[in-house]
Amino acid sequence: MIRHERTSWSATVLLSVAALSVLVPLYVTVTMALKTNQQAVDGNAFSLPWPLSWDNFAEAWTLTNFPRALGVSVFITVLAVVGNVLLSSLFAFALARNWERRWVRLAFYYVLAALFVPFPVVALPQVQLTGNLGLDNPVGVVALHIAFGLSFNTLLFTAFLRSVPAELEESARLDGATTMQTFWRLVFPLLAPMSATVAIFSFLGSWNDFMMPSLIIADPSLQTVPVVQKIFQTQFSSNYNISFASYLMAMAPAILAYVFTQRWVIAGVTQGAIK
Amino acid sequence: MTTTAPVIRRRMDPVYLWIIIPTLALFTLAITLPTVMGLFMSFTNSIGFGTWEFIGLNNYVAIFQDPAILQSYAFTFGFAIVTVLAVNVLAFLLALGLTARIRALTALRAIFVLPMVISGIVIAYVFNFLFSNSLPALGTALGIPWLSTSVLVNPDLAWVAIVIVTTWSAIPGTLLIYIAGLVTVPREVYEAADIDGATPLRRLTHITLPLVAGYVAINMILGVKNFLNAYEIIVGLTDGGPGTSTRSIAMTIFTGFSGGDYAFQMANAAIFFLIVVAITLVQLRFTQRGEKA
Repeated sequence: MIRHERTSWSATVLLSVAALSVLVPLYVTVTMALKTNQQAVDGNAFSLPWPLSWDNFAEAWTLTNFPRALGVSVFITVLAVVGNVLLSSLFAFALARNWERRWVRLAFYYVLAALFVPFPVVALPQVQLTGNLGLDNPVGVVALHIAFGLSFNTLLFTAFLRSVPAELEESARLDGATTMQTFWRLVFPLLAPMSATVAIFSFLGSWNDFMMPSLIIADPSLQTVPVVQKIFQTQFSSNYNISFASYLMAMAPAILAYVFTQRWVIAGVTQGAIK
Repeated sequence: MTTTAPVIRRRMDPVYLWIIIPTLALFTLAITLPTVMGLFMSFTNSIGFGTWEFIGLNNYVAIFQDPAILQSYAFTFGFAIVTVLAVNVLAFLLALGLTARIRALTALRAIFVLPMVISGIVIAYVFNFLFSNSLPALGTALGIPWLSTSVLVNPDLAWVAIVIVTTWSAIPGTLLIYIAGLVTVPREVYEAADIDGATPLRRLTHITLPLVAGYVAINMILGVKNFLNAYEIIVGLTDGGPGTSTRSIAMTIFTGFSGGDYAFQMANAAIFFLIVVAITLVQLRFTQRGEKA
């Protein structure tokens, strides 16, 4: 039979070794987080921790005010994901169903043009603007995450919506459904795979974002989980074990979510990436 | 039946307007207005607040004479090119492996995609510790002088650390695009090549690479665009140092807040914007070609 029908053991071994490059930094994060301060400062990142110092997590918890930072991160992420999915799908629906109108097509290209604008270019005026509008807070970050997501998400949704035959919706209309009822009962369920892709990108973008919250949110006590890690570079720079406990707590929610959903995450990201 | 429905000009359902208009308003306020404001201010001498006056193209002229700006462009472009090559070579090799007949496929793929869900700044802090504590300890033990001190404070090597961590974090997205590309290559093509006795290397260069060339182009362009925005991984590793040797364009623009040269940095942002527009136009050309194929 043909050669590549057999298991390629050499590829399996090579990939397993390469996988260490991903796993070793995470192994170091976990072991460092469990070390006592004496063990942590000896520079040997690869030794196993003993005795286990669970107190590190309690200390990192208080130093970063973790519950509050987590609350802000969850607030921003949940609103950004929901906002991105709902607003972009509704917007794409409204555009796709009025595509014959010239101004609607212009609106589409207008929004698409933002794909050209990287955040650093508009960051400074945005900081001024959010400050003047009283939006130099997590709500402002949510609004910007949604606005920046709009171009790509609308592109994804409209591409799909324009391939859905309008007859399907016409029959719902004949049964007396309004535009919004048609959207909720018929169109939005059809969009589910696209919505999943948008939700995954939006979750990763908002949850892990550092640049935008660090510039936009003026009140340090309203900062997100990635941003509050800064204190271990400035104030507590020699408490390695505590800083790693904090890094681990910062990484853990997304890693745990990924472990349980990786099949869908990979499928969703692939779908978005090849569009 | 395609979208060429009979053109009966019906009245637009107002609910569509209630969706489109507020969305466009939010978008205009959040993206368009700041872009226009920034471009406008780049022709003034504003320091970010207070009074200002027009100074024409003076900021733009000054940009090209400012060694710190030129250095940040040289660093950022050099970094982006090296990183995009490293990411693409590694991601392509991994994708080849992950589309071969291997054991533990699901687990291995899950591991290689994992960095995608980890915050750039946090993983940069983790690597910061490894580069400034563990690696020097190893270097001392092995008696290698250049490794005995932290690479992060070495002006000649700090950029390498940034390339490594950015590569670590950027491989998943590139990898998934390559996997999606490689699975589109029909089996029969390889079988025919096997019958003709093609070596694995010839199979790669004469069959696989030409068939996924579009994916390579997209990955390269997306990568360059991303890496030109380099910010948080640098903040977490060197914060632009030692000196200003690893200061990226984004970091330089952000100094416009504290440095009192707001308008000057907006001119910098405008030039950066033009470069990104040029790259995006190339990208769109490739994407459209890919759609037709």
